Amino acid sequence: MTTVLDPTARKTAASIEQVARPSSLDGLTVGLLDISKPRGDVFLSRLEERLTDHGATVARFKKPTFAKPAPVDLRHEIATSCDAVIEALAD
Amino acid sequence: MSATTAPQLPDGLVAIVKRDCATCVMVDPILADISASVGLAVYSQDDPTFPESMASVTDDTDLAVSWHHDIETVPTLIRVIDGAETERIVGWSREQWQAFTGMDSLGSELPEMRPGCGSLSVDPNLVDELTVRFTGSTLQSRRIELASLEDEFEAAFDRGWTDGLPVVPPTEARVLRMLEGTTRAADEIVCPIPPDLVDVTVEQIAVNAVMAGCKPEYFPVVLAAVEAACSNEFNMHGLLATTFWSGPVIVVNGPIAQRIGMNAEHNVFGQGNRANMTIGRALQLVVRNLGGGRPGEVDMSMQGSPGKLSFCFPEREHDSPFESLATERGLEPGTDAVTLFAGQGPSPIVDQISRTPESLTRSFAEVLKASNHTKLVIGIDAMLVVSPEHGRIFAEAGWDKARLRSELEKLLLLDSDGLIRGAGGIEEGVPESLAGTQLPKFRPGGLLIAYAGGDAGLFSSVITGWVGGEMGSDPVTKAITR
Repeated sequence: MTTVLDPTARKTAASIEQVARPSSLDGLTVGLLDISKPRGDVFLSRLEERLTDHGATVARFKKPTFAKPAPVDLRHEIATSCDAVIEALAD
Repeated sequence: MSATTAPQLPDGLVAIVKRDCATCVMVDPILADISASVGLAVYSQDDPTFPESMASVTDDTDLAVSWHHDIETVPTLIRVIDGAETERIVGWSREQWQAFTGMDSLGSELPEMRPGCGSLSVDPNLVDELTVRFTGSTLQSRRIELASLEDEFEAAFDRGWTDGLPVVPPTEARVLRMLEGTTRAADEIVCPIPPDLVDVTVEQIAVNAVMAGCKPEYFPVVLAAVEAACSNEFNMHGLLATTFWSGPVIVVNGPIAQRIGMNAEHNVFGQGNRANMTIGRALQLVVRNLGGGRPGEVDMSMQGSPGKLSFCFPEREHDSPFESLATERGLEPGTDAVTLFAGQGPSPIVDQISRTPESLTRSFAEVLKASNHTKLVIGIDAMLVVSPEHGRIFAEAGWDKARLRSELEKLLLLDSDGLIRGAGGIEEGVPESLAGTQLPKFRPGGLLIAYAGGDAGLFSSVITGWVGGEMGSDPVTKAITR
């Protein structure tokens, strides 16, 4: 029998409770986060039109670079000023 | 849990012997003489009935006394006063033993001198097992017992610990041996490893360095590479997550490269050298196993690169026409260092005709212009790796690295009209708002220059990078400490 040492890190998964899904977008503020990938703004502008048609107020946000996680201040601003958020993640 | 403590030796004279040693057998009769005259405690490493001349022998067949008291040779004679060793002699020297015991005629019938034998506590076949027995309990890692019918190599694959190649099973003995490669404490926190940002210890990195196939003497390079990669400036998280091909490229400078047998010459980026191949691999296994960065999960590289197994090489410093990368980046000449660069695989610069630095620099510039796309500028860094045969052309003309860089910068200042979107019938390019100006191919500091390769071949190469600077990754140079 061979005994080896565990090469992985022991960690506990953080558990985050999801907020309840809104039943309607009417009167809600929806944040759109652009991660700064080329043409992400095209996709988000189309979403903005559709969301506005549904009665939502849209707030636009942008990460300084797609290559790093969103800064803490930006995440805080989105969390405190929006009811929902949509992130355009891919190219 | 803590290591076992050293067994106390009794005051007076102490001898450590083994039966399987002709010198110990030879001194057997005189050990009884010493015991009768001045007192002697004898410890036997292999047979507690030896020496036969002694009425009482302490059994050290578990080698606890020998290991803890650093016995390297038998016989060893030790003087203990108030519980502490004050002096020792090894092997047989009649003159030394007489002086040590104060017995003038001791061993007069024996030869004047005979060397001792190796202590069992340093026997290469036993030393790893003994290290585990006497210090293994200091390791904090969780032990995983593999079943007797489980293949230890398959077990590592099954548990998701490998990069697709077999790994060396990280046994306690191997990890303890790896830890001897550094003076840093096993439980010292090194840094948080992205993407999970878990603080990891020297020991946890040693486990992964064992798996990668590193030797203990490579371990300081691995530690420096891990620390450099996990700095904010290098941004390992972004480099891992990107859809780009890139991964961490490690350039090693300083005498350590030669000392641990790295290859800076023929096939420098390729296979065949253990240090080159395993140091970069250790960093990648650390990111995978401790950081949680796995391909297809946080690692979203669209095509990846074979260099993501390991891309680590030393600069060829002994005949370089240029100052080293580490020196250029602020360290004292001769400092052992790593420079981490976010890079892809090497692409070739073929120029077998140029014999002047002016012409050769133009060739370099033409290929550098094409890195990623001829119409994309500023965002992506690059490392130019000049070969010896190309380097000689600069050396003979008296060009140093600063001159080469400054000439390249002039050649790489490009008219933006040819780069804008749609120019040349190609939709890709820089925004139209940048028309009517000149743009540099690389941001300031975005072109690194190194020197490596074999003696023959009028070729150099470009290691294309990733998003440079604040927006992505800055190269990071870090001194290697033992």
